[in-house]
Amino acid sequence: MTSNGPTSGLPAFRITRRHALAGLAAGTATLAMPGLLRAQAETIRIGFPTPLTGPYAAEAKDQVRSAELAVKLVNDKGGIGGRKVELLVRDDKMNAGEAATRTLELIEKEKVHAVVGSLSSAVQLAINEVTRARGVIFVSISQSDTINEVKDFSRVTFHEALNPHMTTAAVAKHSFKPGMKIAYLVADYAFGHEILRGFKRAQAAIGAESVGEILHPIGAPDYSTFMPRLRAMKPDILCICNFGRDQANSIKQAVDFGLNKQAKIVVPVLLYTQRLGIGAEAYEGVIGGANYYWKLQDTLPSAKAFNDAYKAAYNGAYPTDYGAYGFTGISSLLLAMEKAGGTDTDKVVAALENLTYDVAKGPQHYRKCDHQSVQSVLVLQSKAKADTPDQADPFRILAVEPASEDILRSCAELGFPS
Amino acid sequence: MDAELIAMQLFSGVALGAILVMVALGLSIIFGMLGVVNFAHGALFMVGAYAGLYVATLTGSFWWGLLIAPLAVGAFGMLIERVLIRPLYKRSVDDPLLLTFGLGYVLVESVRIAFGNEGMPFPTPPELSGVADLGIGYFPIYRLFVVGVVAVVLVLLWLGLEKTRFGLIVRAGARDPQIMRVLGVDVAKVWLMVFGLGVGLTALGGVLAAPMRSVDPEMGALVLAEAFVVTVIGGMGSLVGAVVAGLLIGIAVSMTALFAPEMATIVMFALMALVLLIRPQGLFGKPGRA
Repeated sequence: MTSNGPTSGLPAFRITRRHALAGLAAGTATLAMPGLLRAQAETIRIGFPTPLTGPYAAEAKDQVRSAELAVKLVNDKGGIGGRKVELLVRDDKMNAGEAATRTLELIEKEKVHAVVGSLSSAVQLAINEVTRARGVIFVSISQSDTINEVKDFSRVTFHEALNPHMTTAAVAKHSFKPGMKIAYLVADYAFGHEILRGFKRAQAAIGAESVGEILHPIGAPDYSTFMPRLRAMKPDILCICNFGRDQANSIKQAVDFGLNKQAKIVVPVLLYTQRLGIGAEAYEGVIGGANYYWKLQDTLPSAKAFNDAYKAAYNGAYPTDYGAYGFTGISSLLLAMEKAGGTDTDKVVAALENLTYDVAKGPQHYRKCDHQSVQSVLVLQSKAKADTPDQADPFRILAVEPASEDILRSCAELGFPS
Repeated sequence: MDAELIAMQLFSGVALGAILVMVALGLSIIFGMLGVVNFAHGALFMVGAYAGLYVATLTGSFWWGLLIAPLAVGAFGMLIERVLIRPLYKRSVDDPLLLTFGLGYVLVESVRIAFGNEGMPFPTPPELSGVADLGIGYFPIYRLFVVGVVAVVLVLLWLGLEKTRFGLIVRAGARDPQIMRVLGVDVAKVWLMVFGLGVGLTALGGVLAAPMRSVDPEMGALVLAEAFVVTVIGGMGSLVGAVVAGLLIGIAVSMTALFAPEMATIVMFALMALVLLIRPQGLFGKPGRA
């Protein structure tokens, strides 16, 4: 075997040529049907920035659990057009800069097809800036009025959460009475200010009167220094406009100072996680709004289905209010992707605009002009300990304001051309 | 604005300052004796609160939590001094600072892993819940209790430092550790005890604060910043300064909250800036020290 070279070279050449041919064939196919090939290969990636750490961590955790459930249910049924869906959760630390960086990273590095998430009005606007500039779909699941207004409007942004205007109108309708004196304790950031504006608008319409407003820093652990002054205002209603751990701490301290004996406590959103954490005594009688309460299952089959799936996935636990946003937000997006036949931004936006969905809380749709989800608003009251035999059922549903564009600010008021 | 409201507001300030005094005192004691700026102090406050909750849940009694948690966390502090900080004494002052800074992160993340991100409620002990009529207005009984406990701890601490042999050694050790060594005193042991004491005090502050504001992994961050403000105003290393400045800050924040609530957070930093301009060593600090 002296002439080793050519014989050993030949098979090697053949393999190379075969590979080259195969590659060429594949290349031609890709050129011919690029969309199809990619569609089969690529999973649908959804970025999910939310404050996993910080004063809203409990609500953020529930958002993630519900969002993961929505993704799992779709994947169990074979995904969207055969494509699996993947959720990429990131901690935005409730910091606008951190949220913008994480979102940019999700878009540039992870190449997400859409972003869902956020849990603070200010942080949500930072994410919206990034997604708007990059033309990536953003389904926001945190309350905001600003995001509906024309100056912050983004063609690719949809607002799944309630907004402060509709929340406060519903809550005030079922708690404020003409001539009542109302004192406000307000978290000093976008959400608190928007909630305050909403309550004062409702208060004026009802004929109640404001006896004072006190602003507190977000994430404040101690509210004792505000209590003597709030007491001196002699209000009929103490309206506490904050969120998360702040809500539990401020309600508890107001009760410690005996303010609940002289005034009824009203909050914009009555938080299930915080109430379970702090206990029935501090929350007794507190009235607040909600996007969801699991007891809706008594009248709504979609709520029953959502609760059952959630309980099966999470050891019998019930989904919570802010958790439900994770489910409805992801579900609406995936339904639209299903309708659009993929992740093409323009087609998904069009599908979202024309979508009517009922995945947990009755029929919802995104209003054309501002992309606000038109949906029902619940008004709840926390029950006394004696009336709460079932630990998981701490609230009484006082009212359900039906889904209607009438409870939103009109498109014209938001600055959209009619 | 009536006098009763102002009196109530003053009292709220004292109650608020009481917790701050506990934290700042520990910070100041450690800096004064050991020259270590303990950046893990806020995290240890948080660890104290969690330890208190853990023991209280385990035993079913707040009182055991209040007693055991500061001792246990204080012992943990001694372990930190012995294992992590002692090897750094011969190096530059930045090294212990960086170490404790990192340690703070480790503690916060450890608690997050063990107990979750979302924090936990700490119910007010039933025998201390409710409001008391002070004649000038109503005040939560638990907050009165906190002021009482802090007052007792301060008296005990003063007696310990002024009237005991250990206190004498500690005070002498702070002045001149070299001479102490020559005289045959085991300075290393004294520093170990002092670090444990400082950490135990902040842990006690954590347990006392928990029933008012519940516990969460981030609760130490804000407290640390406030405690630094207090020690700067009072004078780094001065115990009297920590007590006076702690109460002063509590009252200043409270009175500002009455007249201009939005300014309540800024006022303590404004006060600090003012003190630094007029008396850089702090109200009770010795000139030339940090």
